[in-house]
Amino acid sequence: MNDERTLKIREIAKELLSKGEIAVFIGYGKGTYNGKARPIFVRTPEEADKLIFDSTCSNNLVTYLKFPVVRDEGVVGIVVKGCDAKALVGLIRESQLMREQVRIVAVTCEGVVADDGQLQLRCQYCDVANPTFYDFLVGSPVEDQKPRDFSGLLEKYETMSVEERWEFWQSQFEKCIRCYACRQACPLCYCTRCIVEKNQPQWIETSSHLRGNFAWNIIRAFHLAGRCAGCGACEDACPVDIPLMLLNYKLEKEIWDYFHYRVDLDPESVPPFTTFKTDDRGEFIL
Amino acid sequence: MSEADQGFEPHIVAFICNWCTYAGADLAGTSRMQYQPNVRVIRIPCTGRMDPLFVLKAFERGADGVLISGCHPGDCHYGEGNYHARRKFAIFRKLLEFVGIDLARIQFSWISAAEGGKWVSVIEDFTNRVRALGPYRAYQEISL
Repeated sequence: MNDERTLKIREIAKELLSKGEIAVFIGYGKGTYNGKARPIFVRTPEEADKLIFDSTCSNNLVTYLKFPVVRDEGVVGIVVKGCDAKALVGLIRESQLMREQVRIVAVTCEGVVADDGQLQLRCQYCDVANPTFYDFLVGSPVEDQKPRDFSGLLEKYETMSVEERWEFWQSQFEKCIRCYACRQACPLCYCTRCIVEKNQPQWIETSSHLRGNFAWNIIRAFHLAGRCAGCGACEDACPVDIPLMLLNYKLEKEIWDYFHYRVDLDPESVPPFTTFKTDDRGEFIL
Repeated sequence: MSEADQGFEPHIVAFICNWCTYAGADLAGTSRMQYQPNVRVIRIPCTGRMDPLFVLKAFERGADGVLISGCHPGDCHYGEGNYHARRKFAIFRKLLEFVGIDLARIQFSWISAAEGGKWVSVIEDFTNRVRALGPYRAYQEISL
């Protein structure tokens, strides 16, 4: 299911590698499971022919950029979709990555599919089908930019009673095996020492038990509040299918309602929890 | 509230800022004002010091209600700590609500060093409210 984007990506990767402009190129290659693409690291121009791009390129490759072992290789070439680009810009915005450290190959994207062949949930809310932050743009412009409106999705839960919501989320968090795949897959969960690994004092219990599972999942979501790129990597990585994007979308919606902030492709935009206004809403405070 | 909960006295954990609310509570004490003894005060330097985990930890350890109180906007000893706290908790409480925590068990307030009377009335109202809600069984069950 290769398309013209594949050839263009190969061409760019070959050129960058042969000129020595980059040390490694991170892109998608043919996978062995379910016809799904997988991430590959390309270090020579010859290997660049392994690169592909199609609608199964669901992974967010930006996640690799949070690891020093990858950045230390030198300048990194990377393929990003719009949602991935938001994460990459997030790393730059938060001073985790220098702009000069990456050569960005952005692709226009009509959406990617999950393992079952269905369009990913996140693609139904995509407002960055045509990325605007890149060194090279691949693919022709995509028509439909969708509104980032999750109210239909969230309504089902928001209209439940408190008890019903509690039951629902307990039944979800109960499944958590604390593998931290959500954290590892997230491009913006980059703390070298995660709060859950701190044990003096131990704020979050590490055993797979509701008490710690609840605290972990809430805090993971909240640490991404106002930062989450909405790439869906956490939910994709979850082996027990906890609907983590519901929490992320809820936070995005509330942050929009309160602060009119939304994660974008501008490295200079100011995230909501790094600033304040003296007249912020505080209707819940006595 | 069930029969078994008759005579239930709530545990209220209050995270209060050193500079305003703590002094306000102190004023209530030195002024010999009377209020219900259900509140356990934890002094923090500023509401900006509040980590959302403090709230979860309090519930894990058996609190039935959590109060967070600090300086009025503009009065923060550190200039802007309470503004940051207001932003953080505006969103955090929405998240808690979404996962099924009863927001009636969490209260925020601004109480200055001169407002001993406000401290008393906030504690009275909040204690009565949580007492009426009964023990926070839902959270205590997952904390066993």
